[in-house]
Amino acid sequence: MIELYVLLIFMIIGAIVAIEMKDLLSSVIAVGAVGLGLSIVLLILKAPDVAITQLVVEILCLIILIRATLKKDLPFSTTGRWLLNSLITAGFIVVFLFVAIKAFKDLPEFGYPIMRVANTYLKEGLVKTGASNLVASVILDFRAYDTLGEATVLFTAVIGVLAIMRRIGRKKKDEVVEEDDE
Amino acid sequence: MIIYLLCLILFCCGLYCILRKRNIIKIILGIIIAEYAVNLFFILVAYRMEGRSPILSSEVEIVNMVDPLPQALVLTAIVIGLATTALLVALAMRIYEKYKTFDITKIKELRG
Amino acid sequence: MSKEHDKGMSLIVKVITRLTVGLILLYGIYIVLHGHVSPGGGFAGGVIIALSFVHLFLAYGKDVALKKLPKTAMSFFESMGAILFLSIALLGFTGGYFFLNFISKGEPFRLFSAGIIPLCNIAISLKVGAGLFAIFVVLVLLKFEWEKKE
Repeated sequence: MIELYVLLIFMIIGAIVAIEMKDLLSSVIAVGAVGLGLSIVLLILKAPDVAITQLVVEILCLIILIRATLKKDLPFSTTGRWLLNSLITAGFIVVFLFVAIKAFKDLPEFGYPIMRVANTYLKEGLVKTGASNLVASVILDFRAYDTLGEATVLFTAVIGVLAIMRRIGRKKKDEVVEEDDE
Repeated sequence: MIIYLLCLILFCCGLYCILRKRNIIKIILGIIIAEYAVNLFFILVAYRMEGRSPILSSEVEIVNMVDPLPQALVLTAIVIGLATTALLVALAMRIYEKYKTFDITKIKELRG
Repeated sequence: MSKEHDKGMSLIVKVITRLTVGLILLYGIYIVLHGHVSPGGGFAGGVIIALSFVHLFLAYGKDVALKKLPKTAMSFFESMGAILFLSIALLGFTGGYFFLNFISKGEPFRLFSAGIIPLCNIAISLKVGAGLFAIFVVLVLLKFEWEKKE
């Protein structure tokens, strides 16, 4: 299990680098490194479906971020009330960590999950659905409503992006609006 | 237990970035990092010591496998996260077009 | 394919793209079709199909890419994916309830097994692929309008 710890520490260092950099392009590339590390961790945790999906989705996310915000970084300076804001944020994060660590005592130990429903899926998955990939049988046969909801959410997001990026606003009189035809 | 703590520290890095940064693109990067941490937490709960991946094969008889249910949930969560990120980036580009800046303290028109 | 050097990227990128973009599309279709036998499924395969079109767009500029997949075809495929998924679900009513697996299940480990699962994978991959490519095209085209005005 030592490789799991090493990769998690690499991801945390990558996230800290992404937050503190002043150049926007370098931060986006650092987030890409975090995503690739996550994909390798998912392979070590024996989840190949999720690892493939995480890898390709993260590549597309990087392309969208880089392509859309390439030339627009501006330098900043920190203005007043910096100390008070930092203290309040640090206090909030400490309280959050404290409460979360108390809640973690109820979780089962790492590596021995309870698996009450999943045992039924593992035993009867092949007989009831006929698929050898049990994760596919779970998302498309035992829990197909969730997949329907996810298709709806994706559709709504695509419509939302197209609606935000239209150029049709209020037309004044005699003004010619150059329309980006959708 | 240390593993859960490391995953939580990754989530807190994303949370700090959302709360304290003034550039909209940095806030979007913080949301992406927090999302990675939550998906990782689900798969960590589902791991079983000496388990194998939940795919049957015709030659070998497999006795214990990891939990397939959180993997199915995370699979849809990853794609929904991508759609949310695309929507946020579209909003950020429109804001830049109107205000010519990405600084959130200068976007003031909704204040009373 | 044209060899204009003012649109898209340099010549080396164009040659390599011409050789590999068909293989990426074929790999995406393979992952979708074998979703019930090996890891992958509809979502990962759909994103890979979208990535192959994005690759064509980035290397050759927008005119060539939008000729291969015009905007009307994009919206048609996305809507058709959603309608196909819903109609497969509604056809389960013939057996008893919503989403019933009504096609025969076949023998495991073969390609034509597992009832409605391969058909659902195909429908989802169409929807995800067309939707994500549409998002990318819209985000990039607005940026081009921007730079033309400045």
